[in-house]
Amino acid sequence: MGISVEGAVKSFGDFQALDDVSVEVPDGSLTALLGPSGSGKSTLLRAIAGLETLDAGRVTIDGEDVSTKPTQKREVGFVFQHYAAFKHMTVFENVGFGLKIRKWDKAKIADRVHELLNLVQLPGLADRYPSQLSGGQRQRMALARALAVQPQVLLLDEPFGALDARVRKDLRAWLRNLHEEMNVTTIFVTHDQEEAMDVAGQLVVMNQGRVEQSGSAEDLYEHPANEFVMSFVGEVNRLGEDFVRPHDIEVVLEADDRTEEGVVKRIVALGFEIRVEFVLGDGTDVWVQLTRNELQRLELREGQIAFLRPVQAKSFNGSTPSDPPGASTPQGSDDGGDAEVSAAV
Amino acid sequence: MRTASPAPSRWALRVVGLGYLTLLLLAPLVAIFYKTFEHGLAPPIEAITSTNGLHALKLSLLMVVIAVPLNTIFGIGCALLLVRHKWKGNALIDSVINLPFAMSPVVIGLALFLLYGAKGWLGPDLAEAGVEILFSVPGMVLASIFVSIPFVVRETVPVLQEIGTEQEQAASTLGANAWQTFWRVTLPSIRWGVAYGVVLTTARVLGEFGAVSIVSGSRSGETETLPLYVKKAFDNFEFPAAYGASVLLALLALTTLLAMNVLKRKEDA
Repeated sequence: MGISVEGAVKSFGDFQALDDVSVEVPDGSLTALLGPSGSGKSTLLRAIAGLETLDAGRVTIDGEDVSTKPTQKREVGFVFQHYAAFKHMTVFENVGFGLKIRKWDKAKIADRVHELLNLVQLPGLADRYPSQLSGGQRQRMALARALAVQPQVLLLDEPFGALDARVRKDLRAWLRNLHEEMNVTTIFVTHDQEEAMDVAGQLVVMNQGRVEQSGSAEDLYEHPANEFVMSFVGEVNRLGEDFVRPHDIEVVLEADDRTEEGVVKRIVALGFEIRVEFVLGDGTDVWVQLTRNELQRLELREGQIAFLRPVQAKSFNGSTPSDPPGASTPQGSDDGGDAEVSAAV
Repeated sequence: MRTASPAPSRWALRVVGLGYLTLLLLAPLVAIFYKTFEHGLAPPIEAITSTNGLHALKLSLLMVVIAVPLNTIFGIGCALLLVRHKWKGNALIDSVINLPFAMSPVVIGLALFLLYGAKGWLGPDLAEAGVEILFSVPGMVLASIFVSIPFVVRETVPVLQEIGTEQEQAASTLGANAWQTFWRVTLPSIRWGVAYGVVLTTARVLGEFGAVSIVSGSRSGETETLPLYVKKAFDNFEFPAAYGASVLLALLALTTLLAMNVLKRKEDA
């Protein structure tokens, strides 16, 4: 069931949450709405579910305009960041809630609930109350509850936001597998770009109530439409007018005409990956991502002087592609005003 | 800040607290229980089971049976309005709800008297229509409702605020309409708050004296509740009756308090 939102506008008092947003979500896809807080991503998701009423624009699910349909008739599964578990009901009653509302008979409800509890790997916890579950278990229960009624679409609002890093990683992989199995059109909201890229096939990057860009993770990372997308999807350094990914900078010990001098301020070891922070002559902070092997080869020490050579940089200012310092041969550029410059090394 | 105060000051606090409670609360209670059963069980029981005593008890319970359900339904509705539907009138409703707390019950009684009395605003018209409010049960019910309006609202509002709207939203995404959401999600979630309010309302209605005494006329065997019965017996030097009815009231109050503590514990659990 494809979802389409056209020209969505929503404000809360003076705050413009959605400012003419249009999004297409293909049938069966797993799409992430990615953006900082206040970007309108949750409002958009809630509007699709009917939990917010749009000031203008429309929402279509499977070709049907549902803009004026109340939430309870939209057949959407919704998972909340803080689980929204029914605290006075057992896990069984929580998962079976939607079926009871639909007046299924008891035996059928029991079958379906146990099937779902197996699916979300909570068998045997049917008689517990939500307060007796861990955060991850509660969220899986909430997911089972949403899936029980076989919704047309599944909407998840920062589903892993309240969980610790380990559980979050597990659940991500698990959600991806679940989506592959069930193939229900799924949209999930997150502010974590790594999570979005890890889970979703399609990303929609939002900022200040607008869609900045949508596409695959690779698309957004390799061809960001603007400065915001570039800095939000992945890490970035700013060098004058140029933006450089930390792994697109070479560190060398001898200067040439394409390098800039910097002082090593700090070396942070994050396992195999090493983060080296430099201060350039003009006071700019730049960090570079190196592997452990590279660091060992360079024998960098804090306070030492080294030379940086950007391998690939982007500029979004005006139509003239600006070269990264020392770039020799510009190779192709994006369409429109945004320019991409790659330097052959 | 220190988490534990040193032993001497802690003991001083305990002594002051317990002493205060003993002197002001426990001593009078003990005194009345002692006085009542000074000459055995027979005199107070005889007094309470007299025609007028039994009637007073029945009338007091009638007040509870009418006023408590009405104020419970109104209280839940009002709390929902205050918490879930924000609009300008809420500030006004919020302060008006508290009036019965702030006003002396005698003033409330007088206000009802002015409204429904023979020369009041509504009294003459109602009398013509054959409806008797003052000096009869309807007036007493009105007074009981008036003085006990705030309890369910006050106990329910914070619970409603605390549970938030997410569970209700979840219910609606699962296909529940507003009514189903209220019965299956909202009400069960606030039930201990409501129950606590109901207990307080019951205690207030049972004990109400001032407002009811003005609008009832306090006719023995007709418009006399237990507190009014106590007062009249006391004024007439019928001490066994006064003490017996007092102890009955105290026992009813203790029962509701006990119920309240049980509910409090369930709420915390």
